[in-house]
Amino acid sequence: MKKIVLDIALGILIVFLMTSLLLFLASAPIGATLSNIWQGSFGSKAKFAQVLAVWVPLTLCSCGLLFTFRANLWNIGIEGQIMIGAVCATWALRPATPEQPLLFLCGAVIGAMLGGAGWGLLAGLLKTKGGVHEIFGGLGLNLVAQGLILWLIFGPWKRPGIASMSGTELLPRQLWLPTFDGFRVTPLGLFVTFLAITLTWLILTHSRFGLRLRAIGKNPTGALLFGLVPERSYLAAVIIGGSLAGLAGCLQVIGVYHRLIPAISSGYGYLALLLVMLSGYRVFPVPLLALFFAGLNVGAIQLPIVLQLDSALSGVIQGGSVLAALFVIGIHKARPRWASFLPGIKER
Amino acid sequence: MDPSFSILPLLGSVLGAAAPLILIAEGETICEKSGVINLSLDGSVLLAAMSAFVAAQQSNSLIVGFLAGGFTGMLTGLVIVLFSIHLRLAQVAVGFALSLMCRDLAYFLGNPYSRTQGPQMLAFQLPFTDRLSPELATLFHQPLIVYFALLLVLLLWWFFSFTRTGLIVKAVGENPAAAFARGINPLLVRVAAVLTGSFLVGLGGAAFSLCIKPGWGRPQGAEGIGWIGLALVIFGGWNPVRVFVGSLLFAFLQVSGISLQNIFPAIPAQVFQTAPFPLMIFALVFMHYSGKKPAEKSGKSFSSGTFLRLIFSGRSPQALGENYRQD
Repeated sequence: MKKIVLDIALGILIVFLMTSLLLFLASAPIGATLSNIWQGSFGSKAKFAQVLAVWVPLTLCSCGLLFTFRANLWNIGIEGQIMIGAVCATWALRPATPEQPLLFLCGAVIGAMLGGAGWGLLAGLLKTKGGVHEIFGGLGLNLVAQGLILWLIFGPWKRPGIASMSGTELLPRQLWLPTFDGFRVTPLGLFVTFLAITLTWLILTHSRFGLRLRAIGKNPTGALLFGLVPERSYLAAVIIGGSLAGLAGCLQVIGVYHRLIPAISSGYGYLALLLVMLSGYRVFPVPLLALFFAGLNVGAIQLPIVLQLDSALSGVIQGGSVLAALFVIGIHKARPRWASFLPGIKER
Repeated sequence: MDPSFSILPLLGSVLGAAAPLILIAEGETICEKSGVINLSLDGSVLLAAMSAFVAAQQSNSLIVGFLAGGFTGMLTGLVIVLFSIHLRLAQVAVGFALSLMCRDLAYFLGNPYSRTQGPQMLAFQLPFTDRLSPELATLFHQPLIVYFALLLVLLLWWFFSFTRTGLIVKAVGENPAAAFARGINPLLVRVAAVLTGSFLVGLGGAAFSLCIKPGWGRPQGAEGIGWIGLALVIFGGWNPVRVFVGSLLFAFLQVSGISLQNIFPAIPAQVFQTAPFPLMIFALVFMHYSGKKPAEKSGKSFSSGTFLRLIFSGRSPQALGENYRQD
């Protein structure tokens, strides 16, 4: 236990030194920049609500990724699964009449989860049937999803008069998820996310399915000898992952943007991949780390205005954290319990 | 069809567009031949593009720019060496995190130089080619980096086919333990391959910001190219010449997207810009099916399947992605 605390402290120290060096290179004030990020994320209630609004999709995607990582799959396609979820939700809400908002909202959620699951299944089939490694299949599908969104926004779903990058027409007020006055986060989204975390934990650690995923992820050939079919579990994992990502996409539409925009996924899928790597592929650090990542994202938004720094700083710190964690794990290679969690590529 | 339409100018623009991609994909080929996957391409290309542009602008010298790009690429290679070869961490995990980090690092450090003026490598007529017919002459009106990329393909083909060093690199990629037993140091070979490969990747990034898509900004325009480079290595079956053909194919898709856009103005331009990317990746499905042994079928000796295998077959180095532990 003491060793883990030391390791984490070492990791944080590396990240801090790296960030300071970077800011020094960019001749930016170190203290001012960091306090700016803090003020911009946890400085006020309104800012914190904004952080939570990012925390919701990030945590949902991470929960989905925990399933796929458990089966030793690199579900890079999660970004596209968010997008397809958002597309399906928008599609379900287009004919909506303000009289029955609840019916249409339920339809949107179900449609988005099915859409995300289907998109995940495609990546899974590309792997199991098409022999394309899931990284490349997923990337291809992400690009297709992005193209689809652009085509919809500039084509069939364009706003009357002008088609622009600002997205489709706003949804009617009745179809917006309720929020606290003046805050950007919906309580319903928070509730769903907590539910997702709990269910993910239960399924992964207390069910036969979770055990099977782990067995297949660790040793597909061995699992086959025990009568487990790796292909089927791969597909099950990407379907679950995809449906959670689709749900995240749906919440972005009905809870945050209230329309379909080109950047609806905001890179949260890729960020969630980093996050789950940082968590050591375990459930309990995920919500905390998601808070950290979301705080960085939101806190960096005002950097270009206040300090003329690019907001990509948050991404550098996030990626750097993962590399620092890997580094700490690497120098403790003698600890196979940690190292065995790292999925590697065995075949293409 | 337009009567003035001709294949040669098209080929010329395809070659020009393909040059950075050739450098990137061939660099990754060297790396993967030795058994190491450098998944960080997408980020390291951008970081190299940024540093190349800034160095060229500050020194007002293209050579300094290209060298800066190359060495930046090499620096990311050094991270791969430290993490994957020395610490034996999963290559995919390291590469993916590094890719995202390098991309953001490029945006962050390059921010002050965004949308500023800088030097640019211009196309020039290769000596003695201006006497050729005007159409043929356009083919030789290219920036220097294009010829460098073409030479590199030849050089790599020769290197992997006919030299002992090339054989050693391949041996380490296939079976590092056996190579070790034959007196080769697999780790050293891998380090050399990763550093050389990532230097070329960096040059490819520099070719973007100094030549093909001159300038720096967010987005630069080279986003996603690294992933295509990785896909091309598989598409080309780890064979330098076929990787080159794949690069040309992708560049052709990109160039023809521009003309298709004029034919179908109703479809948004972004669709044509992104379409080559998924097309290229889904071409890998082809690879898979053509790589399979044909079903036990007698009769025609030269079916379409054999033909496809001839073009697409390729096998990854056996030890690809596996870290080697030397006891």
